[in-house]
Amino acid sequence: MDMNGGQALVKALECEGVEVVFGLPGGAILPVYDPIIESTIRHILVRHEQGAGHMAEGYAHATGRPGVAMITSGPGATNGVTPLCDAYMDSIPLVCITGQVPYAAIGTDAFQECDTTGITLSVTKHNFLVTEAQDIPRIIHEAFHIATTGRPGPVLVDIPKDIVDPRNPRSAMTWYEPTDDIMELPGYRPATTGDPEMIRAAAEMICAAERPVLYAGGGILKARAAAELLALAELIDVPVVTTLMARGCFPDSHELCLGMPGMHGNYTAVTAMQSSDLLIALGARFDDRVTGRLDGFAPDAKVIHVDIDAAELGKVRNPDVAIRGDCKLVIAELVEALKACGGLEAQPDRRAWRSQISGWQERHPLVYEQSEPGELLKPQYVLEVLRDSTPDDTIVTSGVGQHQMWASQYWRFDHPYTWINSGGLGTMGFSVPAAIGAKVGMPDRMVWAVDGDGCFQMTAQELVTASMERIPIKVALFNNAYLGMVRQWQEMFYEERYSEVYLSYEIPDYVKWAEAMGCVALRVEAPEEVAPAINKANEIDDRPVVLEFRSAAEENVYPMVPAGQSNSDIVVDPSQR
Amino acid sequence: MTATSATAPTDHSHRFHTIVTTVENKPGVLARVAGLFARRGFNIESLAVAPTADERFSRITFTVDVASSSLEQVVKQLDKLINVVEISELSPTESVERELMLVTVDVAAGRRHELLELVDDFRAYVLDANQSQMMLSLAARPGRLDEFEEHLRDFGIVQLQRTGRVALPSLDS
Repeated sequence: MDMNGGQALVKALECEGVEVVFGLPGGAILPVYDPIIESTIRHILVRHEQGAGHMAEGYAHATGRPGVAMITSGPGATNGVTPLCDAYMDSIPLVCITGQVPYAAIGTDAFQECDTTGITLSVTKHNFLVTEAQDIPRIIHEAFHIATTGRPGPVLVDIPKDIVDPRNPRSAMTWYEPTDDIMELPGYRPATTGDPEMIRAAAEMICAAERPVLYAGGGILKARAAAELLALAELIDVPVVTTLMARGCFPDSHELCLGMPGMHGNYTAVTAMQSSDLLIALGARFDDRVTGRLDGFAPDAKVIHVDIDAAELGKVRNPDVAIRGDCKLVIAELVEALKACGGLEAQPDRRAWRSQISGWQERHPLVYEQSEPGELLKPQYVLEVLRDSTPDDTIVTSGVGQHQMWASQYWRFDHPYTWINSGGLGTMGFSVPAAIGAKVGMPDRMVWAVDGDGCFQMTAQELVTASMERIPIKVALFNNAYLGMVRQWQEMFYEERYSEVYLSYEIPDYVKWAEAMGCVALRVEAPEEVAPAINKANEIDDRPVVLEFRSAAEENVYPMVPAGQSNSDIVVDPSQR
Repeated sequence: MTATSATAPTDHSHRFHTIVTTVENKPGVLARVAGLFARRGFNIESLAVAPTADERFSRITFTVDVASSSLEQVVKQLDKLINVVEISELSPTESVERELMLVTVDVAAGRRHELLELVDDFRAYVLDANQSQMMLSLAARPGRLDEFEEHLRDFGIVQLQRTGRVALPSLDS
């Protein structure tokens, strides 16, 4: 069938099962926006290209399907760089289509030209510059294949205008079905199953460990291996820590769950890893925010490291057993190997280890002091009320900073894919657009964006998108008038010399601003107002809601491992010292 | 062939490892590889790239300084590039390495004979000559090039260009 490149692009996206595209048109991508009108694909018109990228990420996180963003050349593409880098760091499957100036104009500094593939080289898993209309179905299929297989990640496809513009003869092409057979990727061979010998070695090491910890990372969620992890943990009765990227992959309410490790992790999760004699790292990458000072990290632990990306094995910490493979398959095989070794019966007596752990849990739970009458709200209290006033499977997104750490600490994640945040890149402004993307992908689920005032001001314009597209997300905005995490560091490490961290409680007026964007908005200032406001927000399902919680500025996140220090030097809440 | 040259390293056997990659012969692949080295903080000592007998693929031969980066990480990260089809590390004892040098030297009339003897000894070639200068070429092991260069200093090197090494596995390795 003869068609033009623009039609072929839209049809190719439909063939990949794309149901929604987040985007914003402009000169170079214009021809593709014409066939979008007839397409079954829903297009969500964002207010800034960064928003399109984060929405696609939120969608991908929540659904497991690749998110798609479509933006124009030049400034459109450069605005998309932050979400691409975010998706690269957090291994989010994303396909980003960018318009480009006509092929013959590339390199001439044409209007809205930039070297998009060059700029995004180091923040994408792969990128393509399509030169011929005839290649479009194949390259789109390759892009989705690369984005979603192996270690997932963002793929960018840069499309010169002439090959999609029906008025240009270069756009003529003959349609063909994009199937796996037509892919031309001789250098791409993602790993799947692990080496059976290494899996046996891992099983033996586990059977000999007295103080083992399962260190579950984001790879568990990417591999959709939550059920396998639960089976493994229960089979061998070993405690689990879930990293910031893995919250929800193992139920927080499970007795084996120790919560989040790392710089602001639970005392027990951090200390159990430190004292462990075997870390079983599953889809985790020994991030510096988890390990603290590396030479002081889990000094007595042997390491079993399972990852789909061979480059993660030994990148930070040398494993004793390294298994390259998909977590879902490897864990299932490990469970079989452990059963063959005798299952729970073959595990050593670990009662001493368990009682050590429960001792830490009793001595160092998460704590905060409720505010006195007349004082501003404690964010931890608000998060507890929010958690207890929303359905169990509520999806929570977050920006970056104190509110993110409190949300991760105080929520109880009992289901996978209910926690969506920016872990690796730490992108302020992630929360609102990610929540929109998640709600589009999971319209029947309640979606709350937990956000700080600094973050909110970076991407709040996407609430206009949410209002116009009737995407009823809810925003819990913690207004403490500060860039709170930076303020905390200045208090603790810069002798309380506060430099450029004060925002304002009053400016902007968040309620008026949210209302101007088509949202219902409420300001909440006292503890007794918190639950009624949340209940009211939960009842609104036809437009976005913003609740502004006026929060105490001086509140700090604890526990804390100061940057560059060993996890053994964890600083607990002042009341526990 | 594009190539860059580095100041002559003296001991190649331990610090410098040769990695040979087969890559898809597509625009931008060299930039991807070079960009990866820059982003991950790896040092390229020398690099040579040219198409293979199969025009769909090119071969890129690197020498990397493993004193400054983990060889294993270099190989694993390179392997993640979609356009990189194959990677092998060639140890100096199980491979044949060659590098090409072009060099113009000053030569006084009274020393021409001496220089030509040196050319003979090293099995180099004279590519061009005039009253006061000669342009020579030598393709040999990188260490041999270092020695030749050392001898030529005595005459006065006007310009020198080395290609960076290329390598293939030895037949019995």
